Amino acid sequence: MTDFVTIVQISIGAVLIQNFVLARFLGLCPFLGVSKKLSSATGMGMAVLFVMTIASMCIWWVDHAILIAMNEEFLRTIVFILIIASLVQLMELVMQKFTPALYESLGIYLPLAATNCAILGVVIINTGANPFTGNEFTFIEATVNGAAAGVGFLLALVLMAGLRERLELADIPKSMEGFPIAFITAGLMALAFLGFSGLSFFPGGH
Amino acid sequence: MLDIDKELKRGIITENPILILALGLCPSLAVSTSAHNGLGMGIAVMMVLAITNVIISIAQGWIPSKVRIPCYIVIIATFVTILQMFMKVYTPTLDRQLGIFIPLIAVNCIIMARAEAYASKNNPLRSFVDGIVMGLGFTLALVLLSVLREFLGNNKIFDLLVIPGFQPMTVFILAPGGFFIIAFVMALVNIIKSKKETKAKT
Repeated sequence: MTDFVTIVQISIGAVLIQNFVLARFLGLCPFLGVSKKLSSATGMGMAVLFVMTIASMCIWWVDHAILIAMNEEFLRTIVFILIIASLVQLMELVMQKFTPALYESLGIYLPLAATNCAILGVVIINTGANPFTGNEFTFIEATVNGAAAGVGFLLALVLMAGLRERLELADIPKSMEGFPIAFITAGLMALAFLGFSGLSFFPGGH
Repeated sequence: MLDIDKELKRGIITENPILILALGLCPSLAVSTSAHNGLGMGIAVMMVLAITNVIISIAQGWIPSKVRIPCYIVIIATFVTILQMFMKVYTPTLDRQLGIFIPLIAVNCIIMARAEAYASKNNPLRSFVDGIVMGLGFTLALVLLSVLREFLGNNKIFDLLVIPGFQPMTVFILAPGGFFIIAFVMALVNIIKSKKETKAKT
């Protein structure tokens, strides 16, 4: 039962309260770069969700079975980046072979996901302490955290793309065109998401 | 040969990494909550940028172009790890404040962009200068953002009280404020740029 509560806490925490893009500022480059059209935003969001979940699972194992066991934690950054990059390559190959339809829709976004700081961010957060229980992340918690962070990213990206499609038609001052208006939009969204910080259910945290 | 004035102008003004090229936005918004953090992050990025530029420029002859991106990533991540260990020992407070954004320097777009666009095509000395001026431009933009945010959100600059009695707006320290400040600074840059262009035309 407590496990279930922790999982709910982690999911809501990563999707809404500490949204990766709007509260933690991770993965801003794709958030601004790929959010001009709804269809590409969905593709990118799905690719990131996919990579994040699988990377969280693999890296938890590598971290515990190799790095912590051999006392080599200082190598984390290098090892994690290499794992994410090779994982993306591997997934590309596997998807091309077995699920060509999915590959067609996510294909071009997968390599972009490899250099996304949100993915490295979530696996580094997974090596720290779980804010809800105070202990280290277990395998299931790490996986859930990765998946929820991906869902949060997808949500923010899709909302942003919807808004920016409307903004195309709006009459905005010349100096605000492009990045500035996108940042204002993101700021307003972040303001809305700030409201979720009132959602606190941290019984395990105290 | 090397024209330092021109290089400085390029790094800080015409090709400013944050305000013009819009690279490395994640750390610039996340750590700009106080001027101390902004300055610390800027210097950390500048050091990594200068060293990796030199190494990549020296190694360019040996790296096959097909696997250059993974090679660059490993070189960059190595120096980020070294930096992380140094910061843990010598600046533990800053290390705690910046948190996960120190390892994330490794996937910062600026470093990769400079490696790919500049260091892999130029000699080590030029690459070193490029790393320094680009890092300087990044640091100055980051300090500008964080000074604005710290002043509006906390009424302080470098932990010193600015206007006694001014009621700070906490939202500027939080996430939305970061987005608003960078939006307005970028809009201001756009205005200055378009003014200059019209002046150049007439």
